[in-house]
Amino acid sequence: MADLTTSIGRLQLKNPVMTASGTFGYGDEFADFIDISKIGAIIVKGTTLHHREGNSYPRMAETPSGMLNAVGLQNKGVDYFIKNIYPQTSKIDTAILVNVSGSTIEDYVATVEKLVDLEHIPAIELNISCPNVKQGGMAFGTCAASAEEVISAVRKVYPKHLMVKLSPNVTDIAEIARAAETAGADSVSLINTLLGMAINANTRKPILSTVTGGLSGPCVKPIALRMVWQVAKAVKIPVVGLGGIMNATDAIEFFLAGATAVQIGTANFIDPTITVKIVNGINDYLDNNGYKSITDIIGKLEIHE
Amino acid sequence: MKKYMSDLIVTANEQLNNQYFLLKLTSKETLPEMLPGQFAEVLVDNSATTFLRRPISIHFVDTANNELWLLVQKIGDGTRKMGEFVVGQSVNLLFPLGNSFSMPSSHQKVLLIGGGVGVAPLLMMGAELQKKSIQAVFLLGARSKNDLLELDVFAKYGKVYTTTEDGSHGEKGYVTHHSLLKEKFDKLYTCGPTPMMKAVAAYALKNNIDCEVSLENSMACGIGACLCCVEDTKEGHKCVCTDGPVFNIKDLKWQI
Ligand SMILES: Cc1cc2nc3c(=O)[nH]c(=O)nc-3n(C[C@H](O)[C@H](O)[C@H](O)COP(=O)(O)OP(=O)(O)OC[C@H]3O[C@@H](n4cnc5c(N)ncnc54)[C@H](O)[C@@H]3O)c2cc1C
Ligand SMILES: Cc1cc2nc3c(=O)[nH]c(=O)nc-3n(C[C@H](O)[C@H](O)[C@H](O)COP(=O)(O)O)c2cc1C
Ligand code: FES
Repeated sequence: MADLTTSIGRLQLKNPVMTASGTFGYGDEFADFIDISKIGAIIVKGTTLHHREGNSYPRMAETPSGMLNAVGLQNKGVDYFIKNIYPQTSKIDTAILVNVSGSTIEDYVATVEKLVDLEHIPAIELNISCPNVKQGGMAFGTCAASAEEVISAVRKVYPKHLMVKLSPNVTDIAEIARAAETAGADSVSLINTLLGMAINANTRKPILSTVTGGLSGPCVKPIALRMVWQVAKAVKIPVVGLGGIMNATDAIEFFLAGATAVQIGTANFIDPTITVKIVNGINDYLDNNGYKSITDIIGKLEIHE
Repeated sequence: MKKYMSDLIVTANEQLNNQYFLLKLTSKETLPEMLPGQFAEVLVDNSATTFLRRPISIHFVDTANNELWLLVQKIGDGTRKMGEFVVGQSVNLLFPLGNSFSMPSSHQKVLLIGGGVGVAPLLMMGAELQKKSIQAVFLLGARSKNDLLELDVFAKYGKVYTTTEDGSHGEKGYVTHHSLLKEKFDKLYTCGPTPMMKAVAAYALKNNIDCEVSLENSMACGIGACLCCVEDTKEGHKCVCTDGPVFNIKDLKWQI
């Protein structure tokens, strides 16, 4: 048994496998299939200040080795979460993180202020990268100055671990990551979905009601790996890697590229037990290769001479 | 109801004609309880073109043989590859998923209206009704007689009426034009193409008949985790995979 305990700054996890926001509901949905307390951390659905109905159906298009979604942050709002969902999720014996989204800086701050006192939420993931909302969302994450502004504002009201989720829809992701670090982020997670589009040639219509949507799944993995590698070199704060991870080998690749922990998203839809399989697979890889701890492989990519 | 992820074994894959097939699956363990209207998410092969699972209604549960039946139409890569599943092969399923048709009270006169492959969940419903000593009446519609499936099997559970658009079997035209609808029914259950279900819903509203529809919105997870499959209802967006697939038409916001 290798040591899988993971520290992302001050955030202590039993292992480095987390669930990606919006792909694991509130955890409960998976309880019939696995012991969800075996997962390192559960990041719950994107939460906003007010209730959001999200975008109209159709919100999903399958694409080669992946999918587009345009859910648009459907959620019942932070107050509902605290009153009706948190009492249940807080009983799960693992770290629970809330993914926070907003349209304005004031929204983000007001939402985070409500979450700060929740004992069983040791960290938040600030989503400045959602491609599926008209206002705000990704706009904050695609410009270093506005990213810095929203992160600094949240930092002032949130003393616990602040993870910032970055958008891949930028020219230079390292620049945004450095802005997040300057603004006081404790860690960065990447990548959120890539802006994409699907068309039905027979009907000559876009498949998604919103025309464009966010691409995820194994088709995005090469881009995610490249970005994690670039960001890990650019900042000192820990990097959490995600995008297209389908199995333990994919996860190992992210650790080698410099990720301290990983998140599993779309893979949960194909195999609801995949998170636990990946935890076990990482352990097997470490054992088989003579490593004692997960920290032994982080950033250990061996570049060609 | 507890959901399972299991590898089932193919015991038969009957090609009904070049478009439809009946897949029979079994398990070493006794199959869990399933309700009419529920569905399974079938893992095809997780290849580039059939990356996600495919939602398929539970057509019938043959408890004597511990078999689960799926009735499938080949419309794209995923369903075509399922049509090639061979006897003895194992197939991974998430099941049973979703809610179910509600059971009518024993004195109610019930009509089950199916279109095309949408007849699939109605067989199990007919079988459950029979267990409760309620005799179902089936009204099954299709383009042509080749698209009318398993009429003899349905006949075991109730009287079967048919319509075809080309008049090759039963009355010519759409299900909603069938002379049977001159009779008064207390409850309608329907599954099929959306335009057909909307026509049935309009008929039910006009005649003040209680009506349940089974929706087939496209899905990613099938277990309420992704929020991709939503239908607009009077209480806002609801997941077809967990709050549905069966909805009472009075809760939907259909423009009919
Ligand atoms: C709850 C539920 C129960 C179902 N039960 C059955 C069943 O018992 N038997 C059966 O044969 N089919 C059933 N379906 C439909 C079945 O899931 C689809 O036909 C199948 O997923 C298509 O996969 P494919 O790879 O063959 O085709 P694809 O290549 O995925 O699609 C082919 C074409 O059909 C369109 N399409 C596919 N799925 C849908 C959809 N859900 N809504 C609108 N357009 C769509 C695509 O846009 C594309 O143009 C059910 C669906 C749901 C949601
Ligand atoms: C259906 C769906 C909903 C998502 N919702 C959110 C969300 O609410 N907040 C967020 O930060 N990311 C959201 N994401 C993005 C994922 O968390 C993840 O960043 C992305 O899917 C890439 O990882 P993957 O390829 O492993 O899925 C969503 C993704 C999907 C597929
Ligand atoms: S398909 Fe994922 S929530 Fe219904």
